[in-house]
Amino acid sequence: MTVPGGASSTGVFANAQDKVEIAVTVNGFPYTRTVEPRKLLADFLREDLRLTGTHLGCEHGVCGACTVRVNGRAVRSCLMFAIQVDGAQLSTVEGLAPRDGLSIIQDAFHEYHALQCGFCTPGFLMTTAELLADSPDPTDEEIVSALSGNLCRCTGYVSIVAAVRAAAERMRSDEATA
Amino acid sequence: MKPAPFAYTAPTTLEDALRALDNGGDAAKVLAGGQSLVPLMNFRLVEIELLVDLNRIAGLAYIRPQNGWLAVGAMTRAREVERSDVAAAEVPLLRTALRFVGHPQIRNQGTVCGSIAHADPAAEMPAVATALGASMVIRSVEGERVVPASEFFVRYLTTCMAPNEMLVEVRFPRSSEQSGHAFVEHSRRHGDFAIVGVAATVETDANGVCRAARVALAGVDPRPFDASDVASSLVGTAVTEAHANEVGQRVAALLDPRGDIHATARYRRRMAAVLVRRALISAAGDPAARDAI
Repeated sequence: MTVPGGASSTGVFANAQDKVEIAVTVNGFPYTRTVEPRKLLADFLREDLRLTGTHLGCEHGVCGACTVRVNGRAVRSCLMFAIQVDGAQLSTVEGLAPRDGLSIIQDAFHEYHALQCGFCTPGFLMTTAELLADSPDPTDEEIVSALSGNLCRCTGYVSIVAAVRAAAERMRSDEATA
Repeated sequence: MKPAPFAYTAPTTLEDALRALDNGGDAAKVLAGGQSLVPLMNFRLVEIELLVDLNRIAGLAYIRPQNGWLAVGAMTRAREVERSDVAAAEVPLLRTALRFVGHPQIRNQGTVCGSIAHADPAAEMPAVATALGASMVIRSVEGERVVPASEFFVRYLTTCMAPNEMLVEVRFPRSSEQSGHAFVEHSRRHGDFAIVGVAATVETDANGVCRAARVALAGVDPRPFDASDVASSLVGTAVTEAHANEVGQRVAALLDPRGDIHATARYRRRMAAVLVRRALISAAGDPAARDAI
């Protein structure tokens, strides 16, 4: 299909059947791939980069299982196209853990049994990572509000809120003793 | 649940974007935050031949107080407006209402102007724009025009904009210091679209007598429902529970809402009466009471 003429000569342009090269940094590692314009960011991460920690639950932006961070901001990767993140810095759940062991947030989720089947968990972890980066000392109300965009069918949420509270406390005390 | 193939352009100037939109005709659409558009593309409820991505254009995201209004640019994320102290000072209804818009991840990426251009009558921002009497700045290759909210929203997901036009800015009138505001919403879960939502502003004098009142409803009509005519009957009176209740009943009687899987028409009408009453009381009353509703 050809697109009517006159589209921009500056910036990106691609016909529907074209593939476009994009360069992204994910969890600190640079990747270069070619993608169709319609490739969703979530599918790009899972299929093109084989980073399957990001999950797809609804593909229309309500469940939060696909949450990743783009330039620090937690977003729905099912509602973005890979082509949009050319040049961006991404964080996914695979980037949370240090070389050995788990991150503080992951450790808290483990300790407080904040996951059962684990399907929603990557989304909760990324949302929590943004929350605690923005608000190191959130109230319970702020925690609940921040997590309202992530659905869990297993836990009933109480253990998740407890885990986030505990992670916040540990991160604050680590800061204090650092 | 994957979008159909589309051509894509990410211009770096607004002029190039407008040209691309003009050339693309009916099947070209603008991408700002994508939080309303991309779900429709994933469901294939809309098939787009050319997506014009605005995210590479500098200078489209701004929050500027000017000339009696607060100008919000096309690419301003909901999150930015929610957190902006300037916006909270000039148009406090925005911050209050934005708490009901989706979820934090939606607000990180979604734009206020995008929600308004999408014109879902159950969304919060169109109701806010209607309640405040906001003006929409629309541009195309042919030039610029400014349209008031009352003319901008036509019906469900439809605005007065032609296919080659783009909403570049929304101008929210600045609230006076004597003016109180409220946004109340009923939905199954926090963050859902409103079953019924009400945006209200009430201005009172030093004696608590109402000088002006504006009310708009989400979720009850194919477009945001402006009930300010009915609310203006409060002018010259104190906004009592009884008065607010009467206004609520009269507004509800005017409505012809649609019943669907979320709520019957009768239920929406009942809720409209209740929420209009609560919103008016809240907007007229103590600022501290506003967020308690």
